[in-house]
Amino acid sequence: MTNDHSATGSNGALAVRIVDLCRHYQMGETLIRAVDGISLQVRAGEFVALLGSSGSGKSSLLNLIAGLDRPTSGAVIVEDKDLARLSREELAKYRLHAVGMVFQSFNLVSRMTLAENVELPLRFAEVDRSQRDALTQAALERVGLASRSTHRPSELSGGEQQRAALARALINRPKLLLADEPTGNLDSHTGTEIMNFIREFNQSLGMTIVMVTHERALAERYAQRMIFLADGKLIDDQSNLAAPLASPQIASSGIASSGITSSGIASSKKDR
Amino acid sequence: MKTYDLTELALRNLRESSLRNSLTTVGISVGVASLVAMLSLGIGLQKLATRHLAKSGLFDTVVVMSRRDLRGFSRDDERNTASAAESRTLDEPARQEIERLPDVLEAYPDIRFITELRYQDKPHLTMVSGIPESARSNDAFSGIQGTFFSSENAPEVILQKSFAAELLGKDSKPGQEDEIPVADLAKPLLGQELTMRYAERVAAPSATGSIESAKDQTPPANEDETSSDSAYSVISREQKLKIVGISDLDPDSMRGAARARVFLPLKLAQTLHVMQPSDLRDSMRGFNKQPSYSTISVRVKNPKQVEAVEQAIKKLGFNTFSILDATRSLRQFFAVLDLFLGIFGSLALAVASIGIVNTLVMAILERRREIGIMKAIGASDGDVKKLFFAEAGAMGVLGGVVGVMLGWAIGHVINLGTNIYLKRQALPPESFWAVPWWLVGAAIVFAFIVSLLSGLYPAARAARLDPVQALRYE
Repeated sequence: MTNDHSATGSNGALAVRIVDLCRHYQMGETLIRAVDGISLQVRAGEFVALLGSSGSGKSSLLNLIAGLDRPTSGAVIVEDKDLARLSREELAKYRLHAVGMVFQSFNLVSRMTLAENVELPLRFAEVDRSQRDALTQAALERVGLASRSTHRPSELSGGEQQRAALARALINRPKLLLADEPTGNLDSHTGTEIMNFIREFNQSLGMTIVMVTHERALAERYAQRMIFLADGKLIDDQSNLAAPLASPQIASSGIASSGITSSGIASSKKDR
Repeated sequence: MKTYDLTELALRNLRESSLRNSLTTVGISVGVASLVAMLSLGIGLQKLATRHLAKSGLFDTVVVMSRRDLRGFSRDDERNTASAAESRTLDEPARQEIERLPDVLEAYPDIRFITELRYQDKPHLTMVSGIPESARSNDAFSGIQGTFFSSENAPEVILQKSFAAELLGKDSKPGQEDEIPVADLAKPLLGQELTMRYAERVAAPSATGSIESAKDQTPPANEDETSSDSAYSVISREQKLKIVGISDLDPDSMRGAARARVFLPLKLAQTLHVMQPSDLRDSMRGFNKQPSYSTISVRVKNPKQVEAVEQAIKKLGFNTFSILDATRSLRQFFAVLDLFLGIFGSLALAVASIGIVNTLVMAILERRREIGIMKAIGASDGDVKKLFFAEAGAMGVLGGVVGVMLGWAIGHVINLGTNIYLKRQALPPESFWAVPWWLVGAAIVFAFIVSLLSGLYPAARAARLDPVQALRYE
C-alpha cells in the first residue's frame, strides 16, 4: 500500500480511505458478496461517482461509507476513524456530524413539515433551540425553499423534496455528502437542478461528494472521477477530465490506475 | 436528544395517528379509572366504618377491670406475694385516681344488674344498666324515641326496643320483616311508670336507718356480726321509674352498656346501691370492706391517646381492654379488601398495557422507514428508543389523568345513585367514596410506569432496527 501513501502526499488530505473492504450477506444458503475486497481513496473536495449496474454493490459501498452498515472485513477510514471499529453510538454521531445523505426516494419524514424535516438533525445534535430556526431557515433558503417551510413533503414536487433533503443533509455542516441515485426519481430538468446544487456544494463549500448512479452520462457531466463496480469489485477508476474541476487538482488514485479504459469496462460488464 | 425535544416529537407523533393513539389512551384511562374506582371504594368504605365506629364512642373508651377478677381462686398463693399495686381493688378512690390521669375525660363505673321490673303488675326480669350523662351526645342513643334523661339522677328510664315490645306483649325480633317500628312502641309507653324491685346493699351500721322507708324488708343477712367492718345488709326495695325514651340500640352491639335492655341514669343507679354480682364474690373472698366496681369505663379525649392511657392504668395495677385491639383486625380486613380491589382494578390496566404494546409495535411497523431515515441522518439507538419510550409515557400520563377524572366521575355517579336508593329506604345519605390526593398522584404515576414498561419491548425493537433494511422497506 505504499502507493496509497504517495498518493496522499501528492494530492492533499484524504476524505475517505477504504482498505480491502468486504460486505457479505447470508441469504438463505447462498453467500452474497455485495462488496468484495474494494480498496480506494477519496481526496477531500473530490466529486466521485460510483457507477455500476444494479446489484454491482455500489449502494452497499455507499452505505458502508455512510456508517449505516458495518463491513464484514476491511476498513473504512474517515477523519482518522475506522468506521468498522466504532460503537453503534459513535457511528450515530459520525452519521450526524460527518456525513450528509440524500437518497433516490428523498426519504423525508412524511408526517413532518419541510422545516421540521430539515431541523431534525439539529434536534439529534442537541443544537440550542434558539439557533435552530435560523439555521433551518438558512438551509431552506440555500435550496430556494424558504417559502415552503410549512408544507409537508406530499405537497411538494419531487425536485422540491430532493432540495429539502439536500438542505437537511447540509444542516450539520458535514464535509462529506453521500448521494444515492439523487436524480433517479426525477425528470431530467429537475435532475439537472439537483445536480447543479450538488456541484455548487462541491465547488463553493468544498464538500467531498460520493454519488451513486447508474447513469454514465450524468457521472460524466458532473463527477471528476468515476469508479466502476461490478459484482462487488472495483473494476475501473478513471478521472473525468470533461467535468469542471474543484479546487484541488484531481487525478485518479494510485490503486486502480491500471489503465483499463472506459470502453474496456463497458465490454467487460457486458461479458458478465 | 433533549427531553423537551423528545416530548415535543413524541406528542407530535401521537397526534399523527390520532385515532389509534386515542383509542389506546382511552384503554389506559379505563384501566386507571377502574383502579381508582376500586381503591376509592375500599378507602371510602374504610373511612365510613371508622367514622361510624368513632362516633359510637368505642374508640375512645378503655374498660378497666381489677386483676383479681381475672385471677382465679386457685391463685391465692400468688396473690399474697404480689405487690400491692398488682392487687388493687376497683373502688371509688381508684376511679377518682384514674379520672385524674392525663387525657382522661371521665371514668365511670359500669353498674349493671339483673332485676325485676313491673309494668301493669306483670313482672319482667331483665338486665339493667346505668349510663353516664355523656352518653347523651354519642351515637348509641341517636336513634332514641322520646328524650334522654332529664337529669343525672332523675327517676327515669330508657328502654331498649325489644324490652318495650315485651312490655306491650308483642313479639318483635330485630332484623325481621314484621319488626315493629320504634315509633309504634314508643307511643303507648312514653310517660308510663315502671316499678323496679331490687336488692339494696346497705352497710350494716346504717342499715336500720334506711329500713324505714322500705316497703318490703328483708332482715339483714349477718345481723349477729354488725360489729364487723365487712358486714352489710341486703334489703329488697322498689323504685318507681318514668319511661322517657325508647332506644333502637341493638342489645348485641359492642357498647359498654349493651346487653342491658333497660337503662338508668348512672348517678341514680349508684345511689340505689344495688347489690352487684361482684359483691357476693367479694364477700366470699373477704374483700368486702368497701363496695367495689366490677368494671370502670374510661373515656379518653382522643382515640390516639387510648394506648397511653391504657398503659397508665395498667401501671396503677388494673387490667384494661379497649376496642383498639379489635380494630386491628378491622384494619387488616380493609388492607386485604383494598389489595383485592386493587388487583381487580389493575387487571383492566394490564389489559390496557397490552394495548400500548400493540399500538407501539404497529407504529414501528408503520414507521419503519421513518426510523430508518432518523437513523440515517444521525439518530442514535438511544434517541429512537427514547422517542418510543416518550410516546408510551405520554400515552400513560394522558391516560392516567383522564382515567383519574373518569374514575372520580364514576365514583360520584355510583355514590349519587346509592344515596338515592338510601333515601328511598328512608336512610340517611352516606359518603362511601373517597379519592385522596395520594391516590390521584399514585394512579397517574402508576399509569406512567405501566406504560413505560409496555414501551420497553417496542422501544428496544425500534432501536435495534437496521437502517439499511428499514430504508429499503417500502
